[in-house]
Amino acid sequence: MIETAIEIDTVSVFFGKYCVIQNISLLIKKAEFVTIVGPNGAGKTTLLKVILGLIEPTSGRIEVFSKKPCELRFDEVGYVPQIKNLDRTFPAKVYELVATGLTGKWRFIISKEIKRLTYEALAKTGIENLAEKPLNKLSGGELQRVYLARSIIRKPKLLILDEPATGIDSVAEVDFSKVLEEQQRQHQTTILMVTHDWEYAFHHSDKVLLLNKRLIAFDIPKSVFTEDNLKRTFGHIGHEHTMQFIVDRNV
Amino acid sequence: MFELLQHNFVIKAILAGIVVGFLGSFYGNFVVQRKMSFFGDGLAHVTFGGISLGLLLQSEPFLVALPFTLLVALALTYLKEKTSLEIDTTIGIFFAISVALGIIFVTLNKKYISDAFSYLFGSILLVSINDLIIAFLFAVATIILSLIFWNRWSYATFDYELAMVDRINTRFDDYMLSVLIALAIVISVKLVGIFLVASFLVIPPATAKLLSKTFSQMTILSIFLGVFSSIIGLLLSIYLDLPTGSTIILLQSVIFFLAFVVIQFKQRRIH
Repeated sequence: MIETAIEIDTVSVFFGKYCVIQNISLLIKKAEFVTIVGPNGAGKTTLLKVILGLIEPTSGRIEVFSKKPCELRFDEVGYVPQIKNLDRTFPAKVYELVATGLTGKWRFIISKEIKRLTYEALAKTGIENLAEKPLNKLSGGELQRVYLARSIIRKPKLLILDEPATGIDSVAEVDFSKVLEEQQRQHQTTILMVTHDWEYAFHHSDKVLLLNKRLIAFDIPKSVFTEDNLKRTFGHIGHEHTMQFIVDRNV
Repeated sequence: MFELLQHNFVIKAILAGIVVGFLGSFYGNFVVQRKMSFFGDGLAHVTFGGISLGLLLQSEPFLVALPFTLLVALALTYLKEKTSLEIDTTIGIFFAISVALGIIFVTLNKKYISDAFSYLFGSILLVSINDLIIAFLFAVATIILSLIFWNRWSYATFDYELAMVDRINTRFDDYMLSVLIALAIVISVKLVGIFLVASFLVIPPATAKLLSKTFSQMTILSIFLGVFSSIIGLLLSIYLDLPTGSTIILLQSVIFFLAFVVIQFKQRRIH
């Protein structure tokens, strides 16, 4: 029997009177690659934060690897945030940030062994040459890769990525996909990723979650990307690109 | 200049300078990096309110100033957590209330006006053994706590959300750091005065930040600059017969501008 990674049972989140996500229930299996697709303000990031244990649901129950999210060990979850809240003026080098992936703290002195592992992780994301570079000298795309290296260095059981392709070029995007596929295959990592890239979601994920405050659909990509589901998620699909996407895939 | 070291009061003042220099420049790393430079200045003025109340109540001023300042530090952290107001805004409010209260307390008992105003400038050369012992014990506590918490405070300073995801109790750490900074300020105010204590929290870390590539480097360099400038500034002030606090601050400022010039020069050479 395949182990359940995430179990969400009738979870709702309200900020005051404002409903952010409503009555969501779903099961994600271990080593599944799930993409979350939905319009702006659909509650995608909030759902990720509930799973991370950063936001307590107003009602409902959630378990990640049979534990409450706040009971997870730091190294069980890797996270690549959408908006980087880092202090860009903080004096630090790239390898120091990647090392936090292993230690869960900002180390005063980084041992040779940890440094070697950070170089390895950076090599996987194709930016080993940036290891000694100051963080404030990185471009947005480079920073995304550093955050990915930081999240995979701990070989997490669950990898959560919030729009990781923002600001990266097409070559980096391919590298990203390779890294994620390798994580899923080699380490049986469950991957949960928010994306606006339907092509990516269609081709790379095992399942797609369509979300607009409520769960619209959660299934294999071919079953999810239907005209009806997309209309229910985005309100309309009058956009030429959207229509073409559906026609191209004979959905 | 070495003759000065034969005097007991100079030795005590140097020790006090080392402790204040260390406390200010250590906690200052977090104050500067978390963009809370006004926090030091604000709390120093809050201390003035507490001291004035202590004088009015005819008790030891610092026994009143300490809980008064700690309470405000906790209130500031609570407001930052619970409201959308920036910390500088809430500090501005408490700063004004405390100074206003301080002036009212002082004028209610005019006998102590000169005592209250002496705290504005401090008196490092008149530091008592008791003051020195308290400051020294707090410095030892700071060293022990920094061995445990520096890596957590630094992580949350760098990226608060990542630290939370990695199960660091950032809320607890915020309150603890505020209390420790408030304690450092109250202890330092007694030695260097309200006007100057905030500079100890800002100038050495700011200088170190200009010259450092990592936060560990910044921490070490800041402490070195804080302690070094306190000792040299103190000796210079006695030698040149100038006010001690001002001499130390001006020395720190000179080092800051030198660092700035060096960095500019280096960057120009690179380009």
